[in-house]
Amino acid sequence: MLRYIGNRLLASIPTVLLVTVLVFLILHLIPGDPAEIFLGDSRSTPEMLAQVRTEMGLDRPLHIQYLSYMGGVLQGDFGRSLNTNRPVLDEIVGRFPATLELTLAAMLIGTVLGTVLGIVSALFHNTWIDSAAMALALLGVSMPIFWMSLLLIFVFSVWLNWFPAIGEGGLERLVLPAFALGLISSSTLARLVRSSMLEVLGQDFVRTARAKGLTERVVVLRHALKNALIPTITVLGLQFGQLLGGAVITETIFARRGLGRLYVESILNKDFTMVQALTLFLAIAYVLINLLVDVAYAAVDPRIAYD
Amino acid sequence: MTNRTLAQQTDAGKAPPTPLRSRSLWGDSLYRLTRNPGAGVGLILLVLLILAAIFAPQITRFDPVLLAPRDRLQPPSLEYWFGTDMFGRDIFTRVVFGTRISLLVGVVSVVIATLLGVSMGLIAGYFGGLADALVMRAVDVMLAFPGILLALVIVAVLGPDLLNAMIAVGISAAPTYARVTRGAVLQIKSSLFIEAATVIGASTWRIMLRHLLPNILGPIVVVVTLGVAGAIIAGASLSFLGLGARPPTPEWGLMLSEGRNFLRQAWWISTFPGLAIMATVLAINLVGDGLRDALDPRMRKS
Repeated sequence: MLRYIGNRLLASIPTVLLVTVLVFLILHLIPGDPAEIFLGDSRSTPEMLAQVRTEMGLDRPLHIQYLSYMGGVLQGDFGRSLNTNRPVLDEIVGRFPATLELTLAAMLIGTVLGTVLGIVSALFHNTWIDSAAMALALLGVSMPIFWMSLLLIFVFSVWLNWFPAIGEGGLERLVLPAFALGLISSSTLARLVRSSMLEVLGQDFVRTARAKGLTERVVVLRHALKNALIPTITVLGLQFGQLLGGAVITETIFARRGLGRLYVESILNKDFTMVQALTLFLAIAYVLINLLVDVAYAAVDPRIAYD
Repeated sequence: MTNRTLAQQTDAGKAPPTPLRSRSLWGDSLYRLTRNPGAGVGLILLVLLILAAIFAPQITRFDPVLLAPRDRLQPPSLEYWFGTDMFGRDIFTRVVFGTRISLLVGVVSVVIATLLGVSMGLIAGYFGGLADALVMRAVDVMLAFPGILLALVIVAVLGPDLLNAMIAVGISAAPTYARVTRGAVLQIKSSLFIEAATVIGASTWRIMLRHLLPNILGPIVVVVTLGVAGAIIAGASLSFLGLGARPPTPEWGLMLSEGRNFLRQAWWISTFPGLAIMATVLAINLVGDGLRDALDPRMRKS
């Protein structure tokens, strides 16, 4: 098991390294001079620009710049924000909890709702319950997150006045954004759990379980569900990625001070050191999550060899 | 497994048995697509939307961008079916004109994604070895960006506007296409007919484009169709964030974003563009799901 984890960790290193190269190049592909962005609107003289360029190391060859950037990254130095001149890592660390809270809550909602909806659909296959659940799921898959968010704000905040529309802190401000993300995620999951469950319910071991007189409850919960959930685990990583991406939108709408909102603001303000660091941070987090999911998958399914 | 057997049982109950006459893959798929009510509804909706896009100026007598401050924030009425926005523009007109933009975003992005992704998949699958390793590594790197993030990065580099948003959405969708294509190529690469083509001396290009590609069109058609829906959502999301279409463009995501500060006084500004996106994406998803079921070899009766 440990060897499997080690191997997978090693295998993801080239990907992460290439991501860093790509992310590093972003700063150099953008039209416009980072030094000019840093100096802002103040009339910058050529001397000032040259000085800032030297300070930022922009006058050195590209590969040297990359190595020094990576050297900094490994020591936790992601550079300074072009807008605030504060270390970007401080900002990222400060904003991370809001995003983590949102993503985890959404994941919980999405997984529970999606699994239940999927199982119910499969058990009532080809009845109106199945059709209704799948119609709902299809509707959810077809909903952009921003539209779902506005809809929830409109109904539960403007109309019913149950939850505050924006801001963060406390459960009541987490509910709407988490549901906006989670509902969409649950739709994808429900469709998957349903087909996976249908496949398992037709297998010989389920027939055997029924034949030996087990109650339907035991057959479904103890025998079928466990096996049906295995393929579902593989998409959890992907779902998490969707949620992280979706956080960009929900945080903007619900005015939560998280990484997603910071990301959009940084792009709009051309704060490219921040964009660089955030991209790197989120990509690495995503790669690690996928690794975890794969390990969990191997742990749950004995048919998968560890090496 | 159950999926198939149950489908067979229910089909046997309702429909007459499939004639034994053999049908081509496409003929067979078309036959099964026409028997799918969801896909039918989606197709009708889609045709209506395309007609709306083509005949937008004939459908409405208002101008989509001209400001009319005297008529601002009018609720839906016989005059203004969907009400007016904070600049007095008719929302119905803007929603109708928005069809053009969203369908364009969907199609252009998917064309970019297809050209890029399918070629990557063909090369990786057919040549294997080093080419495969390189292409799939690139795919892995692109997939390391969660969700819409890759599109955001590309927009950050190119600068925010509608065309760049389409390019960004297209590039960020390419890895999925590459994977599907590669998988399909690997499945049929060792077939006898490919071997035969190689033996009679067909060029690599000819084998890839004339022999491989037509035979893997099924899965590609499905990803492309569902991809249009995804691209429309992604494009609208970028515009919503201010990283796509610019005002006063009647783009649905942008309209939603403009209306969200008026949710309390004028719900209609955001609601109708939202419904429009949902209807469009739903229509395409219905058709895509239908196509997938129709083209899925596991669903086929042998």
